Amino acid sequence: MTSVIKTVNLVKIYQDGALPVPAVRGVDLQVEPGEFVAVMGPSGSGKSTLVHLLGGLDTRTSGEIWLDGKRVDTLSESAWAVLRRRRIGFVFQFFNLVANMTVGDNVELPALLAGASPKVARERRESLLAALNLTDRADAAPAQLSGGEQQRVALARALANQPALLLADEPTGNLDSRNTRDVLRLLGTVHKEGQTIVMVTHDARVASLADRVVSLFDGEIVDDGRIARRRTGTAGEVIDLR
Amino acid sequence: MRLHLLALLAKEPAHGYELKQALEQTFGSAYPSPNIGQIYVTLGRLEKDGLVRAVDVEQSNRPNKKVYYLTAKGRDLLEIWVDEPTEGPRVRDEFFMKLVLAPLTGIADRMALISRQRRHYLGLMSDLNDLLSRTPPTDRVALLLIEGAMLHLQADLDWLERCQEDLA
Repeated sequence: MTSVIKTVNLVKIYQDGALPVPAVRGVDLQVEPGEFVAVMGPSGSGKSTLVHLLGGLDTRTSGEIWLDGKRVDTLSESAWAVLRRRRIGFVFQFFNLVANMTVGDNVELPALLAGASPKVARERRESLLAALNLTDRADAAPAQLSGGEQQRVALARALANQPALLLADEPTGNLDSRNTRDVLRLLGTVHKEGQTIVMVTHDARVASLADRVVSLFDGEIVDDGRIARRRTGTAGEVIDLR
Repeated sequence: MRLHLLALLAKEPAHGYELKQALEQTFGSAYPSPNIGQIYVTLGRLEKDGLVRAVDVEQSNRPNKKVYYLTAKGRDLLEIWVDEPTEGPRVRDEFFMKLVLAPLTGIADRMALISRQRRHYLGLMSDLNDLLSRTPPTDRVALLLIEGAMLHLQADLDWLERCQEDLA
């Protein structure tokens, strides 16, 4: 089985004037098809930089990145753009929606760009908007939406082309608890359907959906392991608030 | 459970089985299903302490049943319980003690402790997610309890991160 992601001694050093600032310091990470990996760690630990490198939105200083068995860290910017369109969905903390397109078109566009037929793209758009409780906002402009709604549109857009890999950077930063529940449900569903997900998050509810948690500290992986699930029962049995 | 039973008896006198039903109806799945034996034992102790009084009520074809009333002393205790502020969660918990003391022993380093604890909390959170999805929307008391537990866990995780930044 080919790993969806494999990095070898991945390093990113930013230059702050004459001062080199290492953000990612020798990360070896492997993600298998269908895995959901949560990336956690304090701010400044290199989490965002790492997922940006994985999506080709930033260039590595040294090391290797392999996606689906192909080396990609050496790709040109335009080759990365094609790869992202076909294989990668991206959700950011800030939504980067196209301002002069409706919400519905924002979601539909990636599927069309990736080569889906108009009919398939439309169906995909409708099911995603429905899953995120956004159907009645389809004809609105992004600016008319609340932060939480825009966040959900961004997630729908990232999933529109059914990407081999979903990369997310704090995708629930702007959501209240009810909206988070919709997002959790959708992530759970697509993960069950086999979606590979790598997600930077502080939100423990979201992180707890993952199979595996990777903790970064100071640009290095300090922990990488599975999340063990244990207890079943009613709320009264499971919860004992101190 | 003593004060929970006193609170239910403040509403109306009841026998043991009615108290069990009242707990179940009030809390939904938010309260561990109370054991009837435990309820009777607790009522016995409350009676001995003068907090409740039992009256035998005759039943046709059945043994007498005991109906319990709240006494004035019981009501006083209940009022004190309701009026006083409730302790918050304990932060200087077992994990905190380990985190501070373990490196001195040379048995484990803090980074490893924090990482293990983080995964443990996420496992608990995952159980709560699961619980949330299995709890019907009508069971509102239970939903609130689950949400409370989730918020506590989130705070615990945020605090772990702070420990990591400052101690590791």
